[in-house]
Amino acid sequence: MKNKNILLSHLKISSIVKEKSKVLDLGCGNGDLMLLLEQNKKVNIQGVEISEKAIYECVEKGLCVIHSDIDGDLNSYLDNSFDFVILSHSLQQVKRIDEVLKQCLRIGKKVIIAFPNFAHISLRLSLFFRGRAPVTKCLPSRWNNTPNIRFLSIKDFELFCKEKEYKIVEKYFITNSRFCYAFPNLFAQQAIFVIEKKH
Amino acid sequence: MHSSAQDSNYLKWSIVLFTKTVGIVQTKYFNFKNLVLSNGKILAQVSVAYETYGTLNKYKNNAILITHAFTGDAHCAGYHEGDEKPGWWETMIGPGKAFDTNKYFIICSNVLGGCAGTTGPSSKNPQTGTEYATDFPAIVISDMIKVQKKLIEFLGIKKLLCVAGGSMGGMQVLQWAMDYPEMMYSAIPIAATSKSTPQQIAFNEVGRQAIMGDSNWQKGHYYNKDVKNNGLSVARMLGHITYMSDISMKSKFSKGEPEPNEKFDFNADFEVEKYLRHRGTTFLDRFDANSYLYLSKAIDYFNVQKPNFLPEDKNIDIKFLVISFESDWLYPAYQSEEIVKLLKAKSQKVTYCNIHSTYGHDAFLLEAKDETRLVGNFLNKLYSEVCSSEE
Repeated sequence: MKNKNILLSHLKISSIVKEKSKVLDLGCGNGDLMLLLEQNKKVNIQGVEISEKAIYECVEKGLCVIHSDIDGDLNSYLDNSFDFVILSHSLQQVKRIDEVLKQCLRIGKKVIIAFPNFAHISLRLSLFFRGRAPVTKCLPSRWNNTPNIRFLSIKDFELFCKEKEYKIVEKYFITNSRFCYAFPNLFAQQAIFVIEKKH
Repeated sequence: MHSSAQDSNYLKWSIVLFTKTVGIVQTKYFNFKNLVLSNGKILAQVSVAYETYGTLNKYKNNAILITHAFTGDAHCAGYHEGDEKPGWWETMIGPGKAFDTNKYFIICSNVLGGCAGTTGPSSKNPQTGTEYATDFPAIVISDMIKVQKKLIEFLGIKKLLCVAGGSMGGMQVLQWAMDYPEMMYSAIPIAATSKSTPQQIAFNEVGRQAIMGDSNWQKGHYYNKDVKNNGLSVARMLGHITYMSDISMKSKFSKGEPEPNEKFDFNADFEVEKYLRHRGTTFLDRFDANSYLYLSKAIDYFNVQKPNFLPEDKNIDIKFLVISFESDWLYPAYQSEEIVKLLKAKSQKVTYCNIHSTYGHDAFLLEAKDETRLVGNFLNKLYSEVCSSEE
């Protein structure tokens, strides 16, 4: 389920990204999304990834990737130097959320953020009835070895954007490898937001 | 007798076939006149020692220039007739290797100021008929690049597929991008920096003081006098320490704890001492003290941050692969990250990897497996973009 959701999320991101645009993928992992975008949208894409193992996989795919912590230095990129900055399932692993998102919106004209919804019903039920930190197909790690340090819901993110005055231009929700339209904060496993600065 | 010759031939070919080496190679020489240096001085005659492996294709666009480190030479792969040791980057260069000689035409030359065939302080000054010694003009990394450019043009190559090298070789790669960006498709600076730091200069200075403090140095005019400069050994010993790491030294030299004698005789008691002394002594046979002085100064003055990184007036499109090593404390990873930052600010396409290694600065010669995954795939992609489309 996890992979199918991610695949759908990648396809959605690919449909959002414009042909031949300049893209920065922060937390690009093994480069699957970058490859998809390069092939489907002929984009000029650059990745950033913290795992050395993933760097090799990206380079094997012929992708440009920088071995670095996205929490570290986004400040050396020029203003508006990318059409899209993508945080695909990496936001929940970022330490300095405020700073990173601020930088993303400075560097990119639009920022695409995909993340798992921690308020999905299965997680709520697990926490409520089992009294344990949820382990699901979408979030398979236990509390002690999860890479995630931020546990946010769709509602949380929307509130956050409102507070920061970030404009949400598009949003999509995914559950069980389908798009979800009703009560996303309860039923969606994944969310994709496209945000930009308020002009 | 006939059969032994056949045997040795058979052996040679077995080596070529089974160990993926370019086999027996020879150093070649290219000469030209009147090299104008960055400081305006002119070298009337320049000889360049170089080696090539693989075949230059019809479009002459599959050439890769390998730039060597401080004490390296043009012999980066294969074997010289009668030698047991291969070239210094044998692990990376050869058929099927990262720098695949089945696909690429590999060029490596000894740097200007060196002592392995290219004009340097130990060469004879055509005007006086004696060695230049310290009358050799001051050189900078940019001058080395100028000489390499002449060689590349002599070989009929307009644009290099890649310029790649580690340490001082990495500095040359960056200098290439500064001086002749239109002549290269890609660049691979490994374990390098965009500017020498006080710590690096400090180590070089100690090396130079050791050399110049040796009475045999004689202000550089020691040629034909059959004297050994022990200061050069000391410089080399210090160099070796900076090329390793605490962990790599521990694992290399932990055998046998010697017991102290009643009286110290100050011999090499510990493994590490024996190693350094051996490396120091053998270095005297292959390196020139004056070259050490000149090249280390060229390294000290290296700075591609000034006036600004990459020329402003040119439309630069170079693909960069920057590599550093976790345990390298002579050219620490943060210095490669600085290069990446400079490239980001110039909107250049860049791939960067800080390879996990415990070997220290030497890792660029030793971590062939990880480097191969990066360099091999990086070049593959480039090759398919640049070379295949026209064939």
